[in-house]
Amino acid sequence: MGKTITEKIFDAHLRDTPFADNVVLDIDVVMCHEITTPLAITDLEARGLDRVFDPHKIKVVIDHVTPSKDSKSATQAKILRDWARRHHIPDFFDVGRNGVCHALFPEKGFIRPGYTVIMGDSHTCTHGAFGAFAAGVGTTDLEVGILKGVCAFRRPQTLRVEIHGVLPQGVYAKDVILAVIKRLTVKGATDMVMEFVGPVVEAMDMESRMTLCNMAVEAGATCGVCMPDRVTAEYLWPFIASDYADIQAAVADFQRWHSDPDAQYAGTVRFDVSDLAPQVTYGFKPDEVKDVSEMEGAPVDQVYMGSCTNGRISDLRVAAEILAGHRIADTVRGILAPATPKVYQQALEEGILKIFLDAGFCVTNPTCGACLGMSNGVLAEGEICASTTNRNFNGRMGKGGMVHLMSPATAAATAIAGHITDPRPYLRREEA
Amino acid sequence: MKNFGGKALLLDRNDINTDEIIPAKYLTEITKMGLQPHLLEDLKLGGFDPASVCRQGYRAIVTRANFGCGSSREHAVWVLEVNDITMVVAESFARIFRQNMFNNGLLAVELPAADIDAIFALGPDVEIQADLAGNRLTATAAGGEQRSFAFRLNEFDRELVLAGGWLAYADQRY
Repeated sequence: MGKTITEKIFDAHLRDTPFADNVVLDIDVVMCHEITTPLAITDLEARGLDRVFDPHKIKVVIDHVTPSKDSKSATQAKILRDWARRHHIPDFFDVGRNGVCHALFPEKGFIRPGYTVIMGDSHTCTHGAFGAFAAGVGTTDLEVGILKGVCAFRRPQTLRVEIHGVLPQGVYAKDVILAVIKRLTVKGATDMVMEFVGPVVEAMDMESRMTLCNMAVEAGATCGVCMPDRVTAEYLWPFIASDYADIQAAVADFQRWHSDPDAQYAGTVRFDVSDLAPQVTYGFKPDEVKDVSEMEGAPVDQVYMGSCTNGRISDLRVAAEILAGHRIADTVRGILAPATPKVYQQALEEGILKIFLDAGFCVTNPTCGACLGMSNGVLAEGEICASTTNRNFNGRMGKGGMVHLMSPATAAATAIAGHITDPRPYLRREEA
Repeated sequence: MKNFGGKALLLDRNDINTDEIIPAKYLTEITKMGLQPHLLEDLKLGGFDPASVCRQGYRAIVTRANFGCGSSREHAVWVLEVNDITMVVAESFARIFRQNMFNNGLLAVELPAADIDAIFALGPDVEIQADLAGNRLTATAAGGEQRSFAFRLNEFDRELVLAGGWLAYADQRY
């Protein structure tokens, strides 16, 4: 019987099988940020176990509240910083070099096909875009990962998500994943890996694939995953060039991870996106999704561009294309947080930051801050934010606030109009 | 063995997420006790008053489907623990939250929707008690009416509860 990519990765990392349905895996990359790691560190210290299994396999960033906004967040950052230095962890990213973890770590080439990855962050599923098994975990799992380099999982079921057709103009990976979550619901993929396949996924660049996998957890999934291919190899080439004779050799090697044609799936869902419209959430759950036409005119107070879902350079390029030559509505506060210093630099060099600034956006440093209502753009009671992030929970961006999730294109058009609107007319006008 | 049971808080809604259980603005706390006053502070549920749940003697939560969805923050489990709530009974859980419960040696019990309905029907002043060895959950209404339900724990999760959590288990074994 054939195997899925996830089953192959599990087989290659199997450390222990405490029960038939439970496995303990060796972990290739343990990623840490300042919100969920400090309590793991202080607990390890209290237990007399202040050790790390391998400093080279631990990647550390301060990203959620940075630069620190108050004494408490400064203390969290300090605990993480001191720990990283004490254990000589080479890949530690502090102010000036830090960015949103799920954008920064792929950019550094830390994630490779066939890897196992954990982090104390639910959007760790993003890294499945590289053909890895990457799961968000709690602080205790993280703590054991830091100490022992292992993590326990139930044997995963896989849901095959086939994306057919051709993406229309003005419709992006974000719209696709919102449509997928709408159909599956917020618990439709619990305890499953969502395997994204089909011509639309194959045609996507790595950044779009990361957007797709990033929101797998919003359908309850353990991880999203894409088959590693030429697109993956080209993205990773600066980091893997010494391992392979040429890109073709890397592509051929990645093939060993691909799901077999006779692999067993818990289910298959098929989407044809050729007629898909831009998607927008309307409620307090990420499966409460409508076509943008049904949300046309809905008021917004703030437009936020950034996050591990849509804060990468391709996202900023799309938004800038729409914003160029426009001012955003007087009633709207626009906030752009490029996801990493590299994205920030590229946006600067390409003139994208100027477009955002000319349009009336505030450009902040790379951080997760506003997405979870911690800093740099928190909403007041009753305020509404059009956001390129991944969660619209009640109060997510500030107590009593509301969030509408959408693509960067829809967010840019919404910022100009001052209310939710379809980005496609703006793109068509550019062509005319 | 730890006793799992006592006065139950009934939360009649699906998809209660981790931001509702403990809002992100409290994630800068570096002690578990710092979370204690903020249990369920942002829960969106008609008539619910967060002030009515902290330190009111609740030992368990009974709720609907997909409890604990959203963030991986273990703070959502710790805020229960520091309020002496050591068991959640639900139709289903989000994976990370469920694992965080067992990793702390706490109990996450899944029951079919009909059984959850039956517990709600006994409320609001219901007490529940888990018998880990017998795999049964008993719910007792204020008037004394009692219902009993069979549950199944994943064998590994049971080991974690018995070991007092994943760190203790893993440190001995790996």
